[in-house]
Amino acid sequence: MVTGASFGAIAVSSGTPVWLVCAMSVLVFAGGSQFMVVGIVAGGGSPLAAVLAGLVLNARHLPFGLAIGDLLGTRLATRVLGSHLMVDESVAFALAQREPARARAAFWTCGAALFLTWNAGCLAGALVGQAIGDPGRFGIDAAFPAAMLALVLPALREPTTLRVAMAGAAIAVATSPFLPPGVPILLALGGLVLAGRVPAAVAR
Amino acid sequence: MTVEVVLALALGTFGIRFAGPLLRERLHLSERVRTLMGMAATALLLALVAVNALVPHGGFGGWALAAGVTVGGVAAWRKLPFVVTVLLAAGVTAGFRLLGVA
Repeated sequence: MVTGASFGAIAVSSGTPVWLVCAMSVLVFAGGSQFMVVGIVAGGGSPLAAVLAGLVLNARHLPFGLAIGDLLGTRLATRVLGSHLMVDESVAFALAQREPARARAAFWTCGAALFLTWNAGCLAGALVGQAIGDPGRFGIDAAFPAAMLALVLPALREPTTLRVAMAGAAIAVATSPFLPPGVPILLALGGLVLAGRVPAAVAR
Repeated sequence: MTVEVVLALALGTFGIRFAGPLLRERLHLSERVRTLMGMAATALLLALVAVNALVPHGGFGGWALAAGVTVGGVAAWRKLPFVVTVLLAAGVTAGFRLLGVA
């Protein structure tokens, strides 16, 4: 809810109309990639680089579907709807249950609740952001990276991930003065060369 | 932000999500590939944080911005609530600017 609200406020402050911010949250429903795309486009980056970075970020949803796809039933309608509700939290809740029936209930309940709160929060944040007006006031440019940092911090507790991500961030910062906005973010994937032979135990 | 960008991201994301249930009989991802996908996501997000905190428009973004994001990061690390983290970062940056720190 709060994350959705800060996304709404930050997206509006970068000049996106309220309706488009809300449409994005309903249609994409993947917070990290929404922050990513808005951040790159607001920074003057190319739309192509922005969408590419957002989709690489969302590639982790593919294994989600492989893991819990059987919970979505065989009907096309439930598969389509269920696929759209696949986010980190709903998948984690489903995987935490042992019985299929409870896993199914956990997935749909959590997914639906998150969808509603994320979009309600986004609308509220967008309206507040619109009322604030000038994005330079109140340090909103600092709120954006701080919100992202809070989201990414739990994953950084794993040492190899931390090393990879720090190297990627260093590459991005070092190349930012010389390359068009957005491209340095994609170059951060170069940090993956430090992943080494990843032991199975560190999988998220 | 344009409608085209939103639609491209929405369609691409749905395609990735829908591929899972469709391909689960035929596709097997190794543990290593899954781990690398998670790491790639984290690397992209941290890079976005670092660029927006330090070099937002291709040049140094100023001490007020860097200080605000640093304080927000420490707050998140100390497991303060999300909203506190965001408000602290914005508040510290706004405060430094009021004091004349660029």
